[in-house]
Amino acid sequence: MGMHTMLLPDVGEGVAEAEIVEWNVKVGDTVLEDEVVGAVMTDKAAVEIPSSVTGKVAWLAGEVGDVIAVGADLVRLEVDGEGNSATHGGSSSTNESADTRQTEVTVSSVVKPNKSPPAVQSETSVQKTAPSRTAVSASASVPSAAKNAKPLAAPSVRKRAKDAGVDLTMIAGSGPAGRIVHDDLDQWLEQGGSAQRGGKAPNNAVKEIKVIGMRRKIAEQMTLAMSRIPHITIVEEVDVTNLEELRVELNTTYQDTRAKLTVLPFVIKAIVEAARELPEINSIYDDENNVVYQHGGVHVGIATQTDNGLMVPVVKHCEVRSLWESAEQVLQLAGQCRDGAIGRDDLIGSTITVTSLGPLGAVATTPIINHPEVAIVGINKIAIRPVWDGQQFVPRKMMNLSASFDHRIIDGWQAALTMQKLKTLLEKPAMLFVED
Amino acid sequence: MADKQCKLLVIGGGPGGYVCAIRAAQLGVDTMLVEADKAGGTCLNVGCIPSKAIIHAADEFYRACSFTADNKLGIVAARPSIDLQKTVQWKDSIVSRLNGGVGGLLKRAGVTVIAGKASFLDGKTVKVDTDNDSSGSVTISAENIVIATGSEPQQLPAMAFGGNVISSTEALSLTELPTTLAIVGGGYIGLEIGTAYAKLGSQVFIVESAASILPQYDARLTEPVAKRLAQLGVEVVTQARANTFTDAGLEFEIKDGSVRQLPADKVLITVGRRPRTRDCRLSELSLTMNGDFVEIDDRCQTSMRGVYAIGDVTGDPMLAHRAMAQGEMVAEIAAGLNRSWDKRCIPSVCFTDPEIVCAGLLPAEAIAQDLEVDVTQFPFTASGRAMTMEREDGFVRVVAQKADGVIVGVQSVGAGVAELAASFSLAIEMGARVDDVAATIHAHPTLGEAFQEACMQAGGHALHS
Repeated sequence: MGMHTMLLPDVGEGVAEAEIVEWNVKVGDTVLEDEVVGAVMTDKAAVEIPSSVTGKVAWLAGEVGDVIAVGADLVRLEVDGEGNSATHGGSSSTNESADTRQTEVTVSSVVKPNKSPPAVQSETSVQKTAPSRTAVSASASVPSAAKNAKPLAAPSVRKRAKDAGVDLTMIAGSGPAGRIVHDDLDQWLEQGGSAQRGGKAPNNAVKEIKVIGMRRKIAEQMTLAMSRIPHITIVEEVDVTNLEELRVELNTTYQDTRAKLTVLPFVIKAIVEAARELPEINSIYDDENNVVYQHGGVHVGIATQTDNGLMVPVVKHCEVRSLWESAEQVLQLAGQCRDGAIGRDDLIGSTITVTSLGPLGAVATTPIINHPEVAIVGINKIAIRPVWDGQQFVPRKMMNLSASFDHRIIDGWQAALTMQKLKTLLEKPAMLFVED
Repeated sequence: MADKQCKLLVIGGGPGGYVCAIRAAQLGVDTMLVEADKAGGTCLNVGCIPSKAIIHAADEFYRACSFTADNKLGIVAARPSIDLQKTVQWKDSIVSRLNGGVGGLLKRAGVTVIAGKASFLDGKTVKVDTDNDSSGSVTISAENIVIATGSEPQQLPAMAFGGNVISSTEALSLTELPTTLAIVGGGYIGLEIGTAYAKLGSQVFIVESAASILPQYDARLTEPVAKRLAQLGVEVVTQARANTFTDAGLEFEIKDGSVRQLPADKVLITVGRRPRTRDCRLSELSLTMNGDFVEIDDRCQTSMRGVYAIGDVTGDPMLAHRAMAQGEMVAEIAAGLNRSWDKRCIPSVCFTDPEIVCAGLLPAEAIAQDLEVDVTQFPFTASGRAMTMEREDGFVRVVAQKADGVIVGVQSVGAGVAELAASFSLAIEMGARVDDVAATIHAHPTLGEAFQEACMQAGGHALHS
């Protein structure tokens, strides 16, 4: 019997410590290799910690809510064999901690064919190639072809390939020096690699990517929202010609002194105004307790794409912010999200969410509500389209808004009213600034 | 209005043209072939075949002469003589046998052969001036036309062919041995014929403008040939330019600018061959040219759709077997098959003494292509077979990629090595590595073992060197 010490792994770049948010085991429990022992929360995400060995839990680093440092002991397990710790409570040396971490990575990168992928929680992605004949895998190097520009193959093979319309440079030969033999060609043809594919090699590689950390959180959140909330999505077109004129004007006027305005702060402003008339859209629905919390403050979540995935920082109290204050806050929060410097407080408390794909914004989207909110507004891209003005077609800058509502709380009528309100406000942007 | 129509019209019945026509007809393509002269082209009538016949006769005569003096083999013979007229008759009989053979093959394949001179009217129509047709000419329109008009000896402006200034064509039909023969041009044609006449008893000298004979090859390959020429009493003057030919002989300017003159009954001009593009009014088509040659793509198609060109008219290397391969390919393209030029090597053979064979890349060419190669060589001095034939000069040399041992070039110089050309090209065409050849049992005792040995050496386990 030995003692195996698991350290708190490096759960994210620049993260020095993490809060224990969950223990799935207690002292005395037996855990299996890869079984999740608990979860820690960093500023960025909750990360589940799988056990690197099979053993009996002898010691846990603390209670839920405790903050421990990356690299510190997290769990000690009694294991068969020697383990990796000399003494029970001995703190691990630098070497030891390196060893431990290495073990962990090694273990998690082993492919276990019978295990369904989601059950394995690990930071390591494993490339698994589906069973295929290596001879025809074009990912393999083609040494002779690369060097000679001409594939290495006997004349009869070349002729057959020509007849079949196969580009031999696409085939990696199985013969010596990568020589392409008749069998290679047979296999290529069997696998349908012939003319209709334009000589492209079928890629049989399958990359196994663990859904962990933030991606897992995103997946859970999306599943929750989509399975719990009956969405109603409305797409309305908005003539933003005037808005764009105003926006350009403001940006020109204040180009040196104030943040550049995008469409987003105007939409935030419009949502604030709409929520004044239709307060039900700015709500949190606690569907377990059947309570809707209608908020006075408009806290707008801004769907933000980061390298790790979608994050929703919150611009609080938009009802008291000017256009530029909103704009600056959006910029700042988005930057913090991308840098991984966003604080937890800035990621919670939204009452309604805006999602925009910017120039990629599509014609229409079906936004998924940020549970437990009841509304989300999607901004689609601006395009110049012909609009009938009663006498003729005129080119106008048109933008669609795609908004989803929780149909349990928001009726179609209210949804339509909201959209009409947003449309009116954005088409006559002066209305945004009329204080009542 | 066209008098005749066909799917494929081949202009020229040389090795490229007749192979193209036969293959196309075999594939069911309605094919016609126009030939102004005898079938077989330069190769069969005035090139490869007759020159090999003369070379063989010269070799035999020379050998017989060698037995008149004291020799290692202990053979005693009286001084032989040669009746060159008879030799040429024998040579002509071979040529005409082969002429007949080609004609028979064309007929059997179903090719319509039209005797006459073709000239282009446009990219689809050719007029043929026939010898025997009562109308004197026939117009043929074809879907595809193959230009296979070949080449002819290049003239020197100062020494036009005629009289004692002869081309290879005349040199292969001389019924009287020239006492002195001057040769302008030390390429393979000049050397082959020069060597033959030296063996027959002429006093031969060769004037070459480049720094060495056979300038396309490296010195190691040509050195045994140069040595043999010296043994045969052939004087080779390099870096020299021929000026004029008079009764006194050939006058030429050498490197230092001075002028020399050597006596010569006849002067043979072998300074290269030029494509035959004028006779058939090729200029009518305004094809894209590459110098004097017709430019072709990897399917032998010219810049005009449906007009193909094969053989010497398309440039170097001007070799019959290249033209044949091109002809076969074009025939298959005309028959609707998907083909493009994918040959790895076109072997070349100089029937000098000793012979030189080249397949694939010379070491310098491989290096120029940024290939990392190992070059190994097996000398015939170590070959038992070479010893028993009294010819130990020469070697087999293998150029193989360092990384994977794939053979990219094989060269050889030696008596009788022409017959090794097939195995050299086969190895390259099959993509063989040195260990493939090394592991192939080569019959003993043969010169071919030298190829195996050179490959063994490349693989790091030479047995006999």
